[in-house]
Amino acid sequence: MKDMLEIRWHGRGGQGAKTASQFLAESALELGKSIQAFPEYGPERAGAPIRTYTRISDHPISIHSPVTTPDFVVVIDPTLLESVNAAEGLSDKGVLVVNTTEDVSAIRRKANFTKGKVAVCDATKISLEILGIPMPNTPMLGALLKVEQIVSIEALANNVRKKFIKKIGEEKTEANVKAIKRAFEETKIG
Amino acid sequence: MCEHLPREMHKNGKRIVETEVKMATQKLVPLTGDQAVAEAMRQIEPDVVAAYPITPQTEIVMNFSQFVADGKVQTELIPVESEHSAMSACVGSAAAGARTMTATSANGLALMWEIVYIAASTRLPIVMPVVNRALSGPINIHCDHSDTMGARDSGWLQVFSESAQEAYENTIVAIRIAEHKKILLPCMVCQDGFITSHAVEGIELFPDDKVKKFIGEYTIEHSLLDMDNPVTYGPIDLQDFYFEHKRQQAEAMKGALTIIPEVLAEFNKTFNRNHDLLEEYKLSDADIAIVATSSTAGTVKATIDELRKQGMKVGLLKPRFFRPFPKERFVKSLSNIKAIAVLDRSDSFSAQGGPWFSEIKAALYESKKQPLITNYIFGLGGRDIFPENIKKVYSDLEAIKKAGKVKSLVNYLGVRD
Repeated sequence: MKDMLEIRWHGRGGQGAKTASQFLAESALELGKSIQAFPEYGPERAGAPIRTYTRISDHPISIHSPVTTPDFVVVIDPTLLESVNAAEGLSDKGVLVVNTTEDVSAIRRKANFTKGKVAVCDATKISLEILGIPMPNTPMLGALLKVEQIVSIEALANNVRKKFIKKIGEEKTEANVKAIKRAFEETKIG
Repeated sequence: MCEHLPREMHKNGKRIVETEVKMATQKLVPLTGDQAVAEAMRQIEPDVVAAYPITPQTEIVMNFSQFVADGKVQTELIPVESEHSAMSACVGSAAAGARTMTATSANGLALMWEIVYIAASTRLPIVMPVVNRALSGPINIHCDHSDTMGARDSGWLQVFSESAQEAYENTIVAIRIAEHKKILLPCMVCQDGFITSHAVEGIELFPDDKVKKFIGEYTIEHSLLDMDNPVTYGPIDLQDFYFEHKRQQAEAMKGALTIIPEVLAEFNKTFNRNHDLLEEYKLSDADIAIVATSSTAGTVKATIDELRKQGMKVGLLKPRFFRPFPKERFVKSLSNIKAIAVLDRSDSFSAQGGPWFSEIKAALYESKKQPLITNYIFGLGGRDIFPENIKKVYSDLEAIKKAGKVKSLVNYLGVRD
């Protein structure tokens, strides 16, 4: 039994995978957890596939290597399912959380992930409708929290507010919070 | 799989959550290793910082520049046109008596090279966070220790940090060590590029006033700008006295071995810590042990916890200071270990292993017991090291212990053959 929660995020450069991994970690830190959030830096450029990681534990985290056996994998960009093995390292207790227009069984086939659960959420549509731009990273946080109440939606929303308000203003920040909450509602798990 | 995560907040309602949040945020803040070091620099508030940005150190200079721009520190920030100029400006400022800092990585350190030696031989206590990165070529921006290991004979003190927290703390204590009247040597505070420099962790920042009180004021004994008592810095020094000055430098480094633990003891008392020249982890009853520094030491610790549950008597020795080299401490800690693997995140291209290995092996020559010892070069150019790699090393050590001999002295871990 692992005493640490490990999450791997798949996104493309510019989609905010790093920000998402940090929001989650920082929300958990505020609840007194030990955390790590770190991206895998390759040749950085917009659109290139990137991975980021979050670790959350009740105990101090000493390991400093990338996550290889995640409890959850969050795929922020649906096209990545065709080029990366998103389900790699997921056990049958693991959950694959995907931003997609497709349903659970279609994603299960595409990702070749038959053992564990799959959660789907059309985060791009949500972000387009609420934020007006395709930034599925924050709604995917809502999707992940639907799968597992790692932190409460409110705790996450507070962290998003803390980090975003100075950067993008109150209106856009609240739109992000709204997107997270809607994604939480609309996520389907199977 | 996450039963331990807080669910009570849903039962207990919002108010409880908010109380928890308030209490927790006072303690730990989410920062990267670079940001943590920038915070240390803000608290230290040096008189002068002259620096040039280079990946993965950039965030240190970027964040510190912001502190200067926001008026949070009164530091004179000199944005220079190269690292050679950065270190040159530091030498001038430190000779004048200003508390002086800079920061760099890899090729930036390489470009400073000639002035790096001058800073040490002029006995200027400049503190320089170095975010370890592979030296070109081929071009690579990721972590290994080739940059600072190349500077191991430059006369600088060198301390390595396992985590962002340690990088923060080492930066603070380095000021006191470098400026100690009996040391007066510059100090590199190393942490692993990207692995800790760009990873967010929960950091405990000490109160500003406590840090300021601990480091105190710095007063130079012989200021370049003291016109009433004029001194000369950096003159030509030929056959007549160069050798004596180098000897003094060597003595200062030797003396640092006894003074550093004294300063660390004071740091430990002030901040409730347990820093030493090196750290033992589950070593006292270990049969086999790994020597590893920086972030890898953390990964080794996590692996040890796992292997100990299976009954394996495995341990870690994590050296913190490479300069000065705490020879006697290595002998004391390692003499009773049956088989040792030294992990080096750089190659010396000496055809006999990495720098840690060569020096530890030499130190153990003075030990009555001669433990079996082997070397692994790993992680060059940011190649990840996983618990599986560490387990392989321990399993090799088991075999070495059983066989009673080392078959292969220098090995390469996690590389395509």
